[in-house]
Amino acid sequence: MIVEFGHFTLILAFMVALVQTVLPLWGAHKRDARLMAVADPAAVIQFLLIAASFAALTYAFVTSDFSLKLVVANSHTDKPMLYKVAGVWGNHEGSLLLWVLALSGFGACAVWFGGNLPATLKARVLGVQGSIGLAFLAFMLLTSNPFLRLANPPMNGGDLNPLLQDPGLAFHPPFLYLGYVGLSMSFSFAIAALLEGRVDAAWGRWVRPWTLAAWIFLTIGIALGSWWAYYELGWGGFWFWDPVENASFMPWLIAAALLHSAIVVEKRESLKAWTILLAILAFGFSLTGTFIVRSGVITSVHAFANDPARGVFILMILAFFMGGALTLFAFRANVLEARGVFSLISRETALVTNNLLLAVSALVVFVGTIWPLVAELVFARKLSVGAPFFDAAFSPFMVILAIVLPVGAMLPWKRAEIRRTLRPLRGALALAVAAGLLAYALQTGKSTLGPIGAALGAWVVFGALVDLGQRLGRGGLAERMARLARLPRADWGKAMAHSGLGITLFAVAAMNAWSIEDIRVVKLGESFALGPYEVTLQAVNEVEGPNYSSTMADMLISLNGAEVALLHPEKRVYPVQAMPTTEAAIDQGLFRDLYLVIGDPQDAGGYAVRGYIKPFADWIWGGALLMALGGMFSLSDRRFRAAAGARRTVAVAAE
Amino acid sequence: MRALILAVCLFAAPAFAVQPGEMLADPGLEARARAISANLRCPVCQGESIDDSNAPISRDLRLAVRERLLEGDSDAEVVDYVVARFGEFVLFKPRAEGSSLILWLAGPAMLLLGGGIAFATSRRRAHAAEAESLSEADKTRLADLLDK
Repeated sequence: MIVEFGHFTLILAFMVALVQTVLPLWGAHKRDARLMAVADPAAVIQFLLIAASFAALTYAFVTSDFSLKLVVANSHTDKPMLYKVAGVWGNHEGSLLLWVLALSGFGACAVWFGGNLPATLKARVLGVQGSIGLAFLAFMLLTSNPFLRLANPPMNGGDLNPLLQDPGLAFHPPFLYLGYVGLSMSFSFAIAALLEGRVDAAWGRWVRPWTLAAWIFLTIGIALGSWWAYYELGWGGFWFWDPVENASFMPWLIAAALLHSAIVVEKRESLKAWTILLAILAFGFSLTGTFIVRSGVITSVHAFANDPARGVFILMILAFFMGGALTLFAFRANVLEARGVFSLISRETALVTNNLLLAVSALVVFVGTIWPLVAELVFARKLSVGAPFFDAAFSPFMVILAIVLPVGAMLPWKRAEIRRTLRPLRGALALAVAAGLLAYALQTGKSTLGPIGAALGAWVVFGALVDLGQRLGRGGLAERMARLARLPRADWGKAMAHSGLGITLFAVAAMNAWSIEDIRVVKLGESFALGPYEVTLQAVNEVEGPNYSSTMADMLISLNGAEVALLHPEKRVYPVQAMPTTEAAIDQGLFRDLYLVIGDPQDAGGYAVRGYIKPFADWIWGGALLMALGGMFSLSDRRFRAAAGARRTVAVAAE
Repeated sequence: MRALILAVCLFAAPAFAVQPGEMLADPGLEARARAISANLRCPVCQGESIDDSNAPISRDLRLAVRERLLEGDSDAEVVDYVVARFGEFVLFKPRAEGSSLILWLAGPAMLLLGGGIAFATSRRRAHAAEAESLSEADKTRLADLLDK
């Protein structure tokens, strides 16, 4: 009954989305206030209906309702509750329901927080948002309905892929979807602005919080996914340049560019057409990501079910929205007149450089991802593009970005003098060079990657600190501290996000340059050296988990005779799916992770064991977290809240 | 068949790839073997290197790579040896030749093009803005007025 109710509300949501698309857009065109006013309740109702539908599906998973095809395929009664709930979005149909839930949620938020938007702009934003919902609800109902029943329900289900039964991955997709879908708001704002024929500073200020929110979610989602890969896949890699990973990384890069160009629109009324284009492309890459994950055109280890019909449908959605948006852009971009003029050396130029580098690096990722497909279709060459290509072709852009960033972040608007900007950065430069030299002196090998990473990371982090310091001006310590406390949150956000980037850049270089790996056969009671540490395989036991059986090792790590940690790497077998997984055991440290994996027993006795020392591993995700935190600080800045305040005054006046 | 291959690779993924028994005694040679095999794709898997893959063919390839190295081949010769047998599909980093040049040059070309367009546009704007601003006569007049 509850399942039918969920199915019904989903169909109803489709109808509401149709209304939300047609009436407000028509009303905005005809300047009919009554038609435009339909948008607000429609957006909220659509959200509530999809939320009810999602709740119904969650109920089916929680109660293990095996009359539902989807539950049978992805759940099992022995599964812990967390993964029963996570199973809702651990599959194609359910994840799509989460996708439209987030989509309608953003629409509803535009109603709740967008009180200060002009009526026509708001109607158009919600109308475009409704049309995206319409397309995806149609996709769900026609090709991927989660509410299909089975005539003869089995006794139990087929279980969720054990690799996905992990807290890190349980929350990775929701964040990622909130990010992907959040970019639909930027897209809707861009289309609405093109329809209005008007982009001004206010538009820049409205679109930025949405982009920022989407970017924060994407950052967290990507970081969670990478962290999961690091500890779960069992060889300590954190990024594989897999098509699905790239699918989330491209919108992130474009969203980062969009964030920065929207600042130029807001502060200087320049770069308008480019910002609109970026907003369209950012969502375009989100849709492309959806297509890649769900169509099976590009094979990937963690792609969902590969069904050509679904692929074609998503391709049609992609073609419609991108084709329509870009055509509209081609016709209307010329009405977006740029106001602010800037000289060659200015903050504007720096932000253009930032945009160029981020957009081009996204392009490199895009070309690399689809190249195997293009090469096969067009040139009849079967080839592969993998991590070594991306390392070589993508990294240079990040290096340039890191070099330019601290300088660009401090240049004044409109017209700047490079020498005056560089002067306060001399200290940061000296520290960066020192960090590079120190890394070179301390490392054992002759790698250049490590020292370069250390220098660049230090340059970006200290540059961000200098930037913050400059904002305090001159004066006594107390005076400066007072100014520090009064600094707008956006300034804090900027410093945090930029330092986060520096930290991540350094950590990635450090991990690639200085990891130590050891593979060997170890007998029970035997010890071996892992870098400066000594590891002893003390025991191997068979342990039963809730829905798996595990071979668990006790491995003691000591340094100069003193115990560091007792780790328990596992090898699990999930009987329902007959699938083994490796559970690495990690001793986390500030400067290094010790990473142990237990493998198969060997014929000659003993176990295959892998040990790693991963330097600065946690800094990768720490940096990402700092970036997200910086984004949140920026999002809570007064000038966005001031906009919300303006809405309250309007509401009071209207009463 | 495809499902089977997928199943083999997926299920193999978390297990070990490089086995202790396969490794060479000479650490320098072994390091070279690892570097080479990280760039070689398992021919039947979904995007794993032969180093990460547990498929039997990857094991054969790992052993072949080490055999060639022991025979005294250079790194490039070893890679050529594998490519000659399995095609360029096994290379994770396509060679920058023929149509793959597009892949390699797309980024740098776009950077130059984008940079050029951005520079030209901003110059044009600046000139247009200068033309719109005060003429010489107006400027002198303004200066006169301000002096007064």
